[in-house]
Amino acid sequence: MPLANAISAHFPALPLALPLGTAAILAALNKFMPRRLADALAILATLINFSIDVFLLHAVRSAPFVYWFGGWTPRSGVAIGICFVIDPISCALAMLVSVLVLAAFVFSLRYFDSVGTLFHVLMLGFLGAMSGFCFSGDLFNLFVFFELMSAAAFALCGYKNEEPTAQQGALNFAITNTIGAFLILCGIAMLYARTGALNMAQIGRALGQQSDALVITAFVFILVGFYIKAAIFPFHFWLADAHAVAPTPVCMLFSGVMVELGIYAVARIYWAVVAGPFAGHHSALMSLLLVVGTITSVLGAIMSFGQRHVKRMLAFSTISHTGLLLIGFALLDPQALAGVALYVAGHGLVKSSLFIGAGILLHRYGTVDELELRGRARRHRFAGFVFFIGAMGLAGVPPNLTFLGEHSISHAATLLHQDWIHVVFPFSGAVTSAAIFRVFGRVYLGLGSKAAITPGKHIPEDRETAGPHRNIPAVMIFPAFLLVIAALALTLTPQLQHAALTAARTMANTYAYQARVLDAKYIPNDAAPETNSPLRPTLISSVSAMTAGLFFAGWALSPAWPSRHRAIAPARACMRALHSLHSGHVGDYVAFLTFGAAAFGIILGLLIHRFGM
Amino acid sequence: MTLFPYLVAAWLFCIGLYGVVTSRNFIHLVMCLAVVQSSTYVLLLSIGYRTGGLPPVFAGVPVGAPAVDPVVQALMLTDVVVEATVVALLLSLAVQVHKGTGTLNPDHLRELKG
Repeated sequence: MPLANAISAHFPALPLALPLGTAAILAALNKFMPRRLADALAILATLINFSIDVFLLHAVRSAPFVYWFGGWTPRSGVAIGICFVIDPISCALAMLVSVLVLAAFVFSLRYFDSVGTLFHVLMLGFLGAMSGFCFSGDLFNLFVFFELMSAAAFALCGYKNEEPTAQQGALNFAITNTIGAFLILCGIAMLYARTGALNMAQIGRALGQQSDALVITAFVFILVGFYIKAAIFPFHFWLADAHAVAPTPVCMLFSGVMVELGIYAVARIYWAVVAGPFAGHHSALMSLLLVVGTITSVLGAIMSFGQRHVKRMLAFSTISHTGLLLIGFALLDPQALAGVALYVAGHGLVKSSLFIGAGILLHRYGTVDELELRGRARRHRFAGFVFFIGAMGLAGVPPNLTFLGEHSISHAATLLHQDWIHVVFPFSGAVTSAAIFRVFGRVYLGLGSKAAITPGKHIPEDRETAGPHRNIPAVMIFPAFLLVIAALALTLTPQLQHAALTAARTMANTYAYQARVLDAKYIPNDAAPETNSPLRPTLISSVSAMTAGLFFAGWALSPAWPSRHRAIAPARACMRALHSLHSGHVGDYVAFLTFGAAAFGIILGLLIHRFGM
Repeated sequence: MTLFPYLVAAWLFCIGLYGVVTSRNFIHLVMCLAVVQSSTYVLLLSIGYRTGGLPPVFAGVPVGAPAVDPVVQALMLTDVVVEATVVALLLSLAVQVHKGTGTLNPDHLRELKG
């Protein structure tokens, strides 16, 4: 069976080839393809993709696997070909991508009444690009997948293209992210100029420990480029606009996994390429990223609480949580990296189920404005449950995957004496969950007043489905509950934390990575230490975050909320200033981006050269 | 090899960004983005340039003759293809904005504020 042999030999290329191939078929047969057939094909392809990811994860749990396209294996440590590096972290991330795409397809079965086959084509292209992005072991290919993923995302974002707001959000998104791509390309060009290589392992080996201005500048370019995608302050402005206008199934993927891929890419490049040159500048990078992550997280949380447009609220909450992920990465420690991996999975599952909740509201009532919806969904409390559990997940309360993630990151922070991290997590958890609890209380329980609570602007949104819908289709609620249950079930999986730690240590072992890719040699890590750190402190912090969230939400819904009181005038002025900062003007966004990137480079340079950190 | 091409690349990057920030027309803005992009072409090509180097075609050339680096040229071509897609997409979005609102000026589009 030559075909079977060919498939088994090129199995690792399938997560890329299968979605792209299916997308090509669907695009070619666009005119003749009935909607349901396209649905079936797309869902089937995604399911197969998921199974392949599961199989790969199972196959590489002991040692990472490197797949060379066209059989161009490296000769005496020089990589000419391009490769996929399949290790547990990249597999798990690709799995998360497949799961969320699957949920988005199932959700959209009844969602768009007038969806064309092109939606499926774009979604499958998005899936293929994100899978390739997870596995790529080559810096330039990482850039190409980044661009492919972005192009699909821009088109999906402007999918409802009769609406002027949709185009505007998509334009802001596309312009800022394209500038990010140019920055990444410049960084890659600098690294190529220094080393003459594009394979990450080979660049890393060629750089060794030498650290100079060129390498640091190149890393800053790459880092800023990817952090535009990851919506890190001050590069985050596009995200809320894009989420406010994008169709709900697309929002699920943007928030659930696309943004997190920016964090992943920098982490991968850090440990595969520049860990050596930065070995002496650990604390400079760590302090800068910790501060930036904290600002992002706090700003996102506050902005999230100040919104009345539910999708925009969820978008700012995503910004807050990527800030937390950045804090986790900034500790530059395998233990914290394991926490980041767990947190990405937990947040992705919870956040996309929250977006499904918002999509159901839009489907049923034709609006996602919190104030307009007050008390209107009392009969659908079952669907409202998604919001309640989601808010618990954002606060990081067990049993939820975010709890384990927070625990690992906090534990690493304690060991590294960065104790102030213990304040940031509960703060962001409390404020972002309070916003969701408030939506739950107002929309599903009919609490609170109809008066405007915040300066957040009312953005009219066209319904994505035609006609009034009296009931909520099961295919809409089903994926939301499945995602939530998956998050809970994973938490209860024994040894998950230990498995995550092992995977993170594999990813963070620069030397072993280079040997695996360039010399086809496997250097096993020494066994990860058993993590028996007490869960109690994290438990206390997350439960108090949720309690504070409930309290805030209740306060915001009660008549005692001082919305007009003189005493809080400065707070309101601050809120208004923050809101006017998010101007929706792409020129402002690019100006912030430029100054942010320059400030980033200058501060890092000062920390390294003036203070010798 | 001089510093000059790198200065040109940096200048193109900055002037393009300035155009994007101050633009009052989405079509103009997308063209400014294309200027930023052209800086990456200059950067990539100047990295691969060797003074006195031949084109990287090795038929009938003595072994060891200096040649410019073909890898960066391939990268640049890929970059051209990828960005052509993105620019086309951006322009079509701009056309849609114009259809929907009758304006191409970002200053007049403030629906997403706050």
